[in-house]
Amino acid sequence: MRSRSGGSTEPQGRRPRRITAGRIGLYAFLLTAALFFLLPLWIMLVTSLKPMEEIRLGNIVALPAALTFEAWGKAWSSACTGLACDGISVGFWNSVRILVPSVILSIALGAVNGYALSLWRIRGANLLFGILLMGAFIPYQVFLYPLVRIFSAVGVYNSLSCIVIVHAIFGLPTMTLLFRNYYAGIPADLFKAARVDGGGFWTIFLRVILPMSTPMLVVATILQVTGIWNDFILGLTFAGRENLPMTVQLNNIVHSTQGERAYNVDMAATMLAALVPLAVYFVSGRWFVRGIAAGAVKG
Amino acid sequence: MTAVSVRDVSIAFGMLRVFDGLSLDIEEGEFVVLLGPSGCGKSTLLNAIAGLLDVSAGQIWIDGRNVTWDEPKDRGIAMVFQSYALYPRMSVRENMSFGLRMARTPKAEIDRRVTQAADLLQITHLLDRRPDQLSGGQRQRVAIGRALVRDAGVFLFDEPLSNLDAKLRNELRVEIKRLHARLGKATMIYVTHDQVEAMTLADRIVVMKEQKVQQIGSPAEIYGRPSNLFVAGFIGSPQMNFVRGRLEAEGNRLAFAAGRHRLPLDAYAFSDRPEPGREVVLGVRPEHVEPGASGVWPGFTIDIVEPMGADTVVWCSDGTETIQVRTSGTRRVAPGEGLSLGLDAAQVSLFAADTGERL
Ligand SMILES: Nc1ncnc2c1ncn2[C@@H]1O[C@H](COP(=O)(O)OP(=O)(O)OP(=O)(O)O)[C@@H](O)[C@H]1O
Ligand SMILES: [Mg+2]
Repeated sequence: MRSRSGGSTEPQGRRPRRITAGRIGLYAFLLTAALFFLLPLWIMLVTSLKPMEEIRLGNIVALPAALTFEAWGKAWSSACTGLACDGISVGFWNSVRILVPSVILSIALGAVNGYALSLWRIRGANLLFGILLMGAFIPYQVFLYPLVRIFSAVGVYNSLSCIVIVHAIFGLPTMTLLFRNYYAGIPADLFKAARVDGGGFWTIFLRVILPMSTPMLVVATILQVTGIWNDFILGLTFAGRENLPMTVQLNNIVHSTQGERAYNVDMAATMLAALVPLAVYFVSGRWFVRGIAAGAVKG
Repeated sequence: MTAVSVRDVSIAFGMLRVFDGLSLDIEEGEFVVLLGPSGCGKSTLLNAIAGLLDVSAGQIWIDGRNVTWDEPKDRGIAMVFQSYALYPRMSVRENMSFGLRMARTPKAEIDRRVTQAADLLQITHLLDRRPDQLSGGQRQRVAIGRALVRDAGVFLFDEPLSNLDAKLRNELRVEIKRLHARLGKATMIYVTHDQVEAMTLADRIVVMKEQKVQQIGSPAEIYGRPSNLFVAGFIGSPQMNFVRGRLEAEGNRLAFAAGRHRLPLDAYAFSDRPEPGREVVLGVRPEHVEPGASGVWPGFTIDIVEPMGADTVVWCSDGTETIQVRTSGTRRVAPGEGLSLGLDAAQVSLFAADTGERL
């Protein structure tokens, strides 16, 4: 055997071609798909920035000739939802008040549940988990009426706490599944070491397990924020008139207009309602992918 | 005084019974190695002693107390795991002090113990790093350090070196031995399937197979007087040679006979003198076979020569039996050479062919 030193050795043969027909086809497909999904967003955006006279002309994809933010202002603070004309801002703050405690509560419950089920090997843990999973597959419309009855009997029906509890309950199966599978991938030795070191149920969770859970916490937050923000029927059913979330108010704005339909206001209101999930995706897309990948590889 | 006493312990995983009435006494300050092939129940036994696994029957005593139902932290034990099991989000210092902080030890005392343990293991310069910034050997040192600061009377090691490369393994092995000597009264229970670790570290070895204790004894006993065929074959590398044959009477003396080979057994220490005619297996270690011209078993030819540096292993055969012989590394031997083998009855082991028990 001879070992070469110095001098460069060229690879033999022709370089493979970078651009092939298959590549072009692939990019064409991706581009079309992207356009297809972006088109509605585009139409909404330009429509919301046009005055009504321009919309009546019917050229829905064209850029606005006279750019105006009037529709956005109206949608936010003075559009009429039924009798009141305070815009969608009320709903926005309602949604925030529902969202924050619901997200925190459902993730906290799911994480503790997943931790208990995967690491403490509680008697009957698998059965419990099976039942919980079944809960995830039953359509939740089935639960609506019984839950309404239960909450009215207890006296919390139609309140902020009512809708928060409901979101926590419906989030439980998915959150538990997510965290249980993530924690199942944590080496058992780590948990044993913490027990020998004298950690109890809560200390091990808070000081050892939770600090390792960042990727799953991010994924869970994204799922819950978008899920709860977009919810319509639970908010309508359980939140009560005072706390109706943004989605319900958006629906009221779109359907309660007298006379001419203010498309630009409707579009602006819709965009406002979609802002939070959109922001979450933009900010956390990277984390989301990383969290799912981490869960997949380690779990 | 006994430091750890396992009394009639049974352990079951659901329907699967792993141990059935196992007993084991370990003296204070002793270094005991649990040795056996994968799946024989070493970790299970260790976890039961640590309190990480409930026993279904029997008792566990540590330091004169019945701790069968005590939490791991209350048993006065410390444990080191194969996978290091360091807390990934804590610095080395926080890892080592976690147990003490849980026990609400005063800060000054924590600092003193951590510094002392870090000194002993030469990891002082690593104290502020996180586990993912350490090499495998450093991680295992930290894991040992975390056990040390607990000031426990009993240390449990579950294959602590098997994730390390050969060189590091040797280094840390010596270090663990030094640690044991230095700590004086600390009892250590060490699980491994590496016989070199077992032989070099142990005061006593517990050889296990299929959830049963096969033999308990000092390394010399285990090596020199294995109590059955399994232990004889499991310990020693290259492996002990086994030759099947039968016991024959010569007057009132006994001899081993296999084909045309014979070996008078006057010098053999029978534990219970068997009757002639019995089917037996003769076991002899490669270094106890003397190759030469004047041996008692003639007619062998050299098959393969394996030089290992310090010594050379010679495989020789007479057509029916293949025997490994260990000779000095400086001796010149070549395949094809004929030789005869010298055996000393005082150094061989005899096992019953049917039960595998030592005679
Ligand atoms: N959680 C469990 N559930 C069911 N069976 C188990 C469980 N843990 C261990 N076992 C069984 O108990 C037996 C002993 O396992 P153990 O882990 O103690 O072996 P080991 O001697 O430590 O092996 P290794 O050298 O591979 O670590 C094995 O047959 C194993 O299949
Ligand atoms: Mg094991």
